Amino acid sequence: MKKLITLFVLIGLGFSVNALAVPKIQTWTSDAGAKVMFVPADSLPMVDVRVVFDAGGARDGDLPGLATFTNALLTEGAGELDAAAFAENIESRGIQIGSSSLRDMAWLTLRSLTDPEVLSVGLTRLSEALAQPRFDQDAIDRIRDQMHAVLRQQEQSPSDIASREFYATLFAGHPYGVPTEGTKASVDRINLVAIKAFHKKYYVAKNAVISIVGAQTREQAEQIANQVTRDLPQGEKAPLIAMPTQIKPVDKKIDYDSSQSHVYLGMLGMSRHDPDYIPLYVGNQVLGGGSLVSLLGEEVRNKRGLSYSVYSYFSASRQPGPFVMVAQTKNTQVKEAAEVMKETLAKFANESLTEELLKDAKQNIVFGFPMQIANNSKMVGYISMIGFYDMPIDWLERLPRLVNEVTLDEVRDAFKRRVKVENLSTVIVGG
Amino acid sequence: MRFLTSLVLALVFLGSAHASVTEATLDNGMRVLVKRDARAPIAVSMVWYRIGGSYEEPGSTGLSHVLEHMMFRGTKNTEPGEFSRTISALGGSENAFTSRDYTAYFETLAVEHLDKALELEADRMRNMTLNNDEFLRELEVVKEERRLRTDDKPTGLLYEQLMSTAYRASSYQNPVIGWMNDLDQMKVEDLKRWYDMWYQPNNATLVVVGDVEGADVVAMAKKHFGSIPRGDVPQLRETPEPPQRGLTRVNVSVPAKQPYLLMGYKVPVIGSGAEEWEPYALAVLSSILDGGDSARLTSEMVREQKLAASAGASYDAYSRLPSLFLMDGVPNEGVNLDQIEQALLEQVKRLHDAPISSDELKRVVTQAVAQKVFAADSFMSQAMELGSLDSIGFDWRLVNVEIENLKKVTPEQVQAVAKKYLVERNLTIARLDPEQTGAQQ
Repeated sequence: MKKLITLFVLIGLGFSVNALAVPKIQTWTSDAGAKVMFVPADSLPMVDVRVVFDAGGARDGDLPGLATFTNALLTEGAGELDAAAFAENIESRGIQIGSSSLRDMAWLTLRSLTDPEVLSVGLTRLSEALAQPRFDQDAIDRIRDQMHAVLRQQEQSPSDIASREFYATLFAGHPYGVPTEGTKASVDRINLVAIKAFHKKYYVAKNAVISIVGAQTREQAEQIANQVTRDLPQGEKAPLIAMPTQIKPVDKKIDYDSSQSHVYLGMLGMSRHDPDYIPLYVGNQVLGGGSLVSLLGEEVRNKRGLSYSVYSYFSASRQPGPFVMVAQTKNTQVKEAAEVMKETLAKFANESLTEELLKDAKQNIVFGFPMQIANNSKMVGYISMIGFYDMPIDWLERLPRLVNEVTLDEVRDAFKRRVKVENLSTVIVGG
Repeated sequence: MRFLTSLVLALVFLGSAHASVTEATLDNGMRVLVKRDARAPIAVSMVWYRIGGSYEEPGSTGLSHVLEHMMFRGTKNTEPGEFSRTISALGGSENAFTSRDYTAYFETLAVEHLDKALELEADRMRNMTLNNDEFLRELEVVKEERRLRTDDKPTGLLYEQLMSTAYRASSYQNPVIGWMNDLDQMKVEDLKRWYDMWYQPNNATLVVVGDVEGADVVAMAKKHFGSIPRGDVPQLRETPEPPQRGLTRVNVSVPAKQPYLLMGYKVPVIGSGAEEWEPYALAVLSSILDGGDSARLTSEMVREQKLAASAGASYDAYSRLPSLFLMDGVPNEGVNLDQIEQALLEQVKRLHDAPISSDELKRVVTQAVAQKVFAADSFMSQAMELGSLDSIGFDWRLVNVEIENLKKVTPEQVQAVAKKYLVERNLTIARLDPEQTGAQQ
């Protein structure tokens, strides 16, 4: 798949990107009106299909957990087949169909061999799961039980408690503050009427992006896209959710009987289309984005031995998600850890960020980019993200170039304007 | 929706049967396995050492894992953290892991930087400084890791208790991360001794999967590792597990909200079974119970009996020592752990009483064939498969005969292994009974 050899040299920073091989994404609209993204990959006799809808937890309204509940039900029986028959039908052919959802999006995945008979069954089941889910009462009861089990598991995890509280605090009154797994009370209130209404509104062709990667021709991929969305009503693209705003910072402490305290520090971050996306993304790579190499890792873990896992990230969504710094340490050290994290951020733009650190981070992203899309499962995830967030179709070439071009001043300036220590809210859960 | 992640590093049946592997042994005894996959201009490089939690002695648990952490903290030629900074600036991602049977270090990077990765790996094979200040800080990091993964995680605690209760002698009773008391008394001298004993070229295997030619990688390996002299690697004194004499139980009572049951039968693995087919029959059995939503545990315990939010089974045929066939269940509200236990035992009894159907067997084999193709999509999975097999002393060619061996399994053989191994005298049951404290919001 070495196709496009792009050569460009970065003046002034002393490194060049000399061979970026990125495949071209093909895109079109399916007969039913869904956006399609396709990358052929011929090496293995398999195909991955992912159908993403703007139907994540941010669409829950006053029923937290509704998006997750509805999404999970799609594969619990569809068309003529109840849950048992549906599972037997695909698994006896080695087909895998999965469901998942986040705040912005909800999706189904299909992974199948390209054997035409097998693939045809897989696509039929996938299209039925999308357009004709049965929503049988016993499936609803089952998913409700499972969601309650997830909630109990979250309640015994200090990091999950902290994460929930962090979102609820930062996005109070905004759809991103609603817990995607719901609450005990809301999960009990979700019923067939609400599920059907949610499905009817959001699981529609115009609200879908279909991504296909595998050993298929363009013509075959067009057929796949048409078949998968054939029975979906055209519908409407979901309206943009409201823009969240930066809150007045708060400090919260929740007591929990654990040996460690979990620290979440954060503020409003950025969206996928933020004009500061590239400088903030690259800057965060230096601050806390690298798995074993970052300033937070150096200060909190390597110099002080305070935490096993310490990192920061921007959750870049349709609307600005959070910027967050996370660590966990034994209870007696939690104040120290939080202070070190805050100080690392405070010194970041003015002192710690150097040309050399920036160069290393940029090289990490640019040279590491081929790994982000090196196989079918990574590629299908990446292109569906590009499609869902309406990013430029040449993003696979554009991102490394933009990263390459960003300057020290741009990163410093973006962090000074956007990531102010005085805006940090703190959530700590522990003993 | 599945809510339980496997508690052990499960080696599913994967790999691409048709791709060829270049195999070499350097003069100093280091092994090299190379698999070409030219779909992208990248390579995964892994250095595997035959050392892990099951090599450790009482009082020294966690040694292999702490050493793994220290392998990033400076050599005679590099500063602490320099290894990671160098790989990162080349666009690589890297990390390491320690299991019961092996420790592995890996880098994924553009193929033109493979040479640099091997140079750095060769350096840390014998040149670690193991500085005491660095050690003391890193030990605190590992203790935090233990708190995160085990002490504050009820399911992690339950697994640790299951293993340490099920085994009286086998070193599979050791938690890989180490008991906190052992970490408290660990000294940098212990690490130095451990490093010198096991980090030798003749105790290591280099695995590379990517856009490479086998001969080139072998030459590169010779260039970097070839000058390291062969070391004296001790013969491990095993502590074989005596027969269990009856059902064993352990209860864990900690602040938690979700009751949970995890149980394990002592079973053979490849190389330790009475018959060569037994591990394959156990692998089939595991998929009969838990090979998807149409398998028995989800069909019956989740959908029909409505007892469990999820239920599972797992078995890893590839391990150095005989291991456990695990089953677990997460009860729904209003269901108690007695009911979960009874339902799981009924599933086992059914396997004793009647052979599985030919449709079920066919489903398992079809899934295994498909999963083998799917697994070939991941560079890392391919490297993991080769390295883990080699590190536990198996021929990597086993991956090529897996499907063949699975296809040979008969319903009668599945019934036979169930009757022979899934019996009460091989069973340990661990229960998590929540102590009702926890978050006070």
